[in-house]
Amino acid sequence: MDKPNAIISVKNLVKKYDDFTAVQGISFDVYQNEIFGLLGPNGAGKTTTLEIIETLREKTSGEIIVDGHSVDKDASKIKRIIGVQLQAAGYYPNLNLVELMELFSGLYGVDIKPMEMLEKVNLQDKAKAKYKALSGGQKQRFSIATTLINSPKIIFLDEPTTGLDPQARRNLWDLIIDIRNNGTTVVLTTHYMDEAEQLCDRVAFVERGEIIALDTPDNLIDQLINSGFERKKEVKKANLEDVFINLTGKEWREDN
Amino acid sequence: MSKPYNNTKATLALAKASFRSIMRSPSAVVFTLAFPLVFILVFGFLGGGGVKVDLAIAPGSDLQNPIIKALEEISVVHIIKDKDAADIKTGLEKGHIDALIDVQKNPSGKPAYLADIKYTSASIDKGNILKSVVHNLMYTLNTKDVMPTVAQLNESTVQGRIYRTIDFILPGQLGFSLLSTGVFGTAFVFFSLRQTLVIKRFFATPVRKSSIVFGEGIARIGFALLGAVFIILLGHFFFHFTLINGAVTVLNMLLLSIIGLIVFMGFGFVVSGIAKSESTIPPISNIITLPQFLLSGTFFSIDAFPSWLQPISRALPLTYLNDAMRKVAFEGAGLWDVKHQILIMVIWGIGIYAVAVKVFKWE
Repeated sequence: MDKPNAIISVKNLVKKYDDFTAVQGISFDVYQNEIFGLLGPNGAGKTTTLEIIETLREKTSGEIIVDGHSVDKDASKIKRIIGVQLQAAGYYPNLNLVELMELFSGLYGVDIKPMEMLEKVNLQDKAKAKYKALSGGQKQRFSIATTLINSPKIIFLDEPTTGLDPQARRNLWDLIIDIRNNGTTVVLTTHYMDEAEQLCDRVAFVERGEIIALDTPDNLIDQLINSGFERKKEVKKANLEDVFINLTGKEWREDN
Repeated sequence: MSKPYNNTKATLALAKASFRSIMRSPSAVVFTLAFPLVFILVFGFLGGGGVKVDLAIAPGSDLQNPIIKALEEISVVHIIKDKDAADIKTGLEKGHIDALIDVQKNPSGKPAYLADIKYTSASIDKGNILKSVVHNLMYTLNTKDVMPTVAQLNESTVQGRIYRTIDFILPGQLGFSLLSTGVFGTAFVFFSLRQTLVIKRFFATPVRKSSIVFGEGIARIGFALLGAVFIILLGHFFFHFTLINGAVTVLNMLLLSIIGLIVFMGFGFVVSGIAKSESTIPPISNIITLPQFLLSGTFFSIDAFPSWLQPISRALPLTYLNDAMRKVAFEGAGLWDVKHQILIMVIWGIGIYAVAVKVFKWE
């Protein structure tokens, strides 16, 4: 197998706050054009790690290279080649989606057609709506659209599907896979293991600021089974979510 | 990606976004336009009349006589007819009516009329004005056909510029509008952008912090100048606000507005930095704006304040903005003539931005 090309390389990353160490010396690589998942409980240090790579937060020590640029020296170059979706970020008040797109194109210094960007995330009908008036799924799709403005090499999605209904989640998965298929590397965090299993090429489990496992979802599951693990209950060929989707339909719904 | 990043473009994109946002924000429009306009309208319609003495005519008084006729022609005197005795009595007691006159034909012939005037202790000032008006009138009436024996008095008035209430009120309101836009607007915007993580999202783009500050500043100045032009033109065309040198005066006023606004925005940055929550912004902002509203000669000349208060008034930046505005608008002073006022505003600006740099928070 070819040695994959690492686009992000994190070595011995440490982040200390006053009296507490959020990230204690983690190392990992993200390969070009994969979907990489950071999994773990709240407060494990996922978001902190992400924000340090995004150059939004200072690290205490360690080395991070993003597409050949060091976060210490070339933060502004890194910002130009990444797209960032923050957990719970807001957008400029009183502006509609097209106007927000224009603002971000100015901030990134690129010329884009706002409507084309909105079409990419299927929000063209909401062009004149305010961000606040969007549903949860629409908000997330809009956030993802803003990350694509500068045609980034890597996008970071922090819990993109939290709080969405099953249809909206599946929509978003399709969107994320599309983005990856267009050549963009995707790094995301999530609490949903089914999502990670469906979406991610590789996942890292983060616990108390350390990586405790890192592999493809398949390998990790196989390892567990080989260690003699058995589910208490025989798994059926469908689960309740399949029932939900089957009953309520899979297509895009106006309100998600 | 090889194209160099354009900071100006980012700044302008922010300015445009912010301007759009401000134009759609009801509170900004209310503070910058509606609030000052209400005061200008009120004072515009009140003003110009000067002092009025309300003089009631007693029921049963003779009306066809030279005294009443002459009084009716005096602009200071406002004649009230058709009130019954009871109304007049309570009016006098409360000071709504300043005096009562009763003129009767003299049955004994000479002098032809007898005029009784009753003043009220509820309105001594206006009573005194009326007293001198009436004395003057009586003298003129009684000496109509008599040659003066000692000296003849010739009076005339120099034709000067009319200083209307609006000439005082409008610059004060303009200054206050700039103060509230600068302080409240800036404080709320930066606080809420920080709180809703809008700024954090901006930081994930290559934009510089200075672009964010300048973009916001440009938008706010643009908006405030629109407001200023609107206020000045409305005052000029509807209430005869004096603009000595026409467009040049307007331009000078706008330049002063920019200087004032930049200083006031400094206060806004400080407030957004020290406010712990959205609800603490209004009280902190009011601590800054209200004293200036009251003490900086917005409504009354600060010369009218007690002497212990005047040094405080003379320490506030709005005092100097108001002062400079009035000099420019009414006296036709150039910016160089008000350099003293500008200098004091600049000193305030340096001081407040030094504090702002210390307390302002991005996250």
